[in-house]
Amino acid sequence: MDRADQNPEPAPPIEMHDVSASSLRDQNIIVVEGVQWTVQKGDYWLVAGLQGAGKSDFLMMTAGLVPPAAGSYRFFGEPMPIFDEHRLKKRLALGLVFETGQLFNHLTVLENIALPFSYHEKMTNAQAQKAVAPLIEELELGPWTDSTPGAIGRNWQKRVGLARALALKPKILLVDNPLSGVDPRHASRWLGFLDRLSKGHSWLNGEPVTLVVTAADLRPWKGRARQYAVLREKRFTVMGDWSQIGAASDELTHELLES
Amino acid sequence: MPLPRGVANNVGRKLFRFVLTIQGLGAFALITLGVILRKFGTAKSLIRPLIRHEISRAGLRLLPMFIFVSAALGLLVIGQSVSWLTRVGAINYLGTIMVLVVVRELGPLLTALLVLARVGTANVIELGTARALGEVEALEALGIDPVHYLVVPRVIGMSIGAFALTVYLILGALLSGYLWAFLQDVPLRPADYFAQLAGALSGLDFALLALKTLAFGFIISLVTCYHGLAQPLRLEEVSFATVRAVAQSVIAFVLLDAIFILIYLLV
Repeated sequence: MDRADQNPEPAPPIEMHDVSASSLRDQNIIVVEGVQWTVQKGDYWLVAGLQGAGKSDFLMMTAGLVPPAAGSYRFFGEPMPIFDEHRLKKRLALGLVFETGQLFNHLTVLENIALPFSYHEKMTNAQAQKAVAPLIEELELGPWTDSTPGAIGRNWQKRVGLARALALKPKILLVDNPLSGVDPRHASRWLGFLDRLSKGHSWLNGEPVTLVVTAADLRPWKGRARQYAVLREKRFTVMGDWSQIGAASDELTHELLES
Repeated sequence: MPLPRGVANNVGRKLFRFVLTIQGLGAFALITLGVILRKFGTAKSLIRPLIRHEISRAGLRLLPMFIFVSAALGLLVIGQSVSWLTRVGAINYLGTIMVLVVVRELGPLLTALLVLARVGTANVIELGTARALGEVEALEALGIDPVHYLVVPRVIGMSIGAFALTVYLILGALLSGYLWAFLQDVPLRPADYFAQLAGALSGLDFALLALKTLAFGFIISLVTCYHGLAQPLRLEEVSFATVRAVAQSVIAFVLLDAIFILIYLLV
């Protein structure tokens, strides 16, 4: 038995072969097909596409909210989606930040962030709220903890969505269009924070998070993301790094750079 | 003469939709019962306060309205029956009438209708809005079973709430019934009235009353949760879902009531 058999390479976080993704609202509509994509541990991917290209639906499928319409999708070697209890722990290594936050409107900001802790870590509300206090401080959400999502601005709602997704300390974080509708100061804060997550953040015990982010405008991500892909006309094209984005001659990439 | 094609198509469509709804509700009920059993001990510190909240919402908070309704129900039944019973010399049957009308029929049915109107409708709107705003997907993304977090507390809370409110409504109506009889100078002593009630009640009444009210609560929560959650909704569809949930709950109440009448007749 050779050394490779004894210590097999760990499965990559995301591995897709010929995957098609359908719309979350109507599963008969295919938004992207034939995806061949592997995300390695520590990667920082940016998936770009114009509005309506299917970025959000693709990300929802990647997060395991809907099964792939076709093909094979494995998350750390496990077939996705994961709904059964005994594999749930593996599934919780993935965090998802929605474009509009998608917060629970009947809960306060603090309760929203503490909810995954209360549910999965068998903590009382008070214990869970104490546990997420550093995260709230880090994301400057202190003044809003007792407000309900409807009472705070969109900039802050998105940040609460980020805090909630980070509560369970995921290894992979999917972020849907984080810069849409946020002001420049918040956009800069998002970019900086995602950089820190990618390099290793104290909330995650210094361990780098694997990031997959979607965007409709490539420009703010120059020098941030390390790998790029583009979604167009139901096709998912892996572009490579920023130099290859710059060298691309197609119209869509130019649009994404000029939007 | 055969029905015009358009009418036949319409009837066929409605029947098909009815069968699909029954199938969907049946599946949703089984899933909910499965989750209640399977996840009984999961996230207790989070789910139990939610159940308490639902009991309060579908029970305790409706109590003032139920005190008023019970007084009105007592007046309604006694007011109508006393004059006729006195005329035919059957005042000794007052207690029996109260048991037949209030305990077996009007008490549970009226409670179910009021809980449906006050809490059931709010339930569809809350859940339908949550569904339309993507909160269900957010729960799934956090690895939280939406049925466990959103449906189970409502089902348990509303069933217990409907049961408790029926008991209060019946007790209130029986007491206020005597008060109205007393105000109408009916020659009936309290001891006789309560002896009549006790004589008319059997162990079966208690058992069936408990079953019926729990079933009404279960129906309200299940039908309203199903219409709010079970299929993707847009915000503009929430009002239609609410109307459908109310109509189907009322139909289910009538069908369940008919089953219980059959049980009373057979046992």
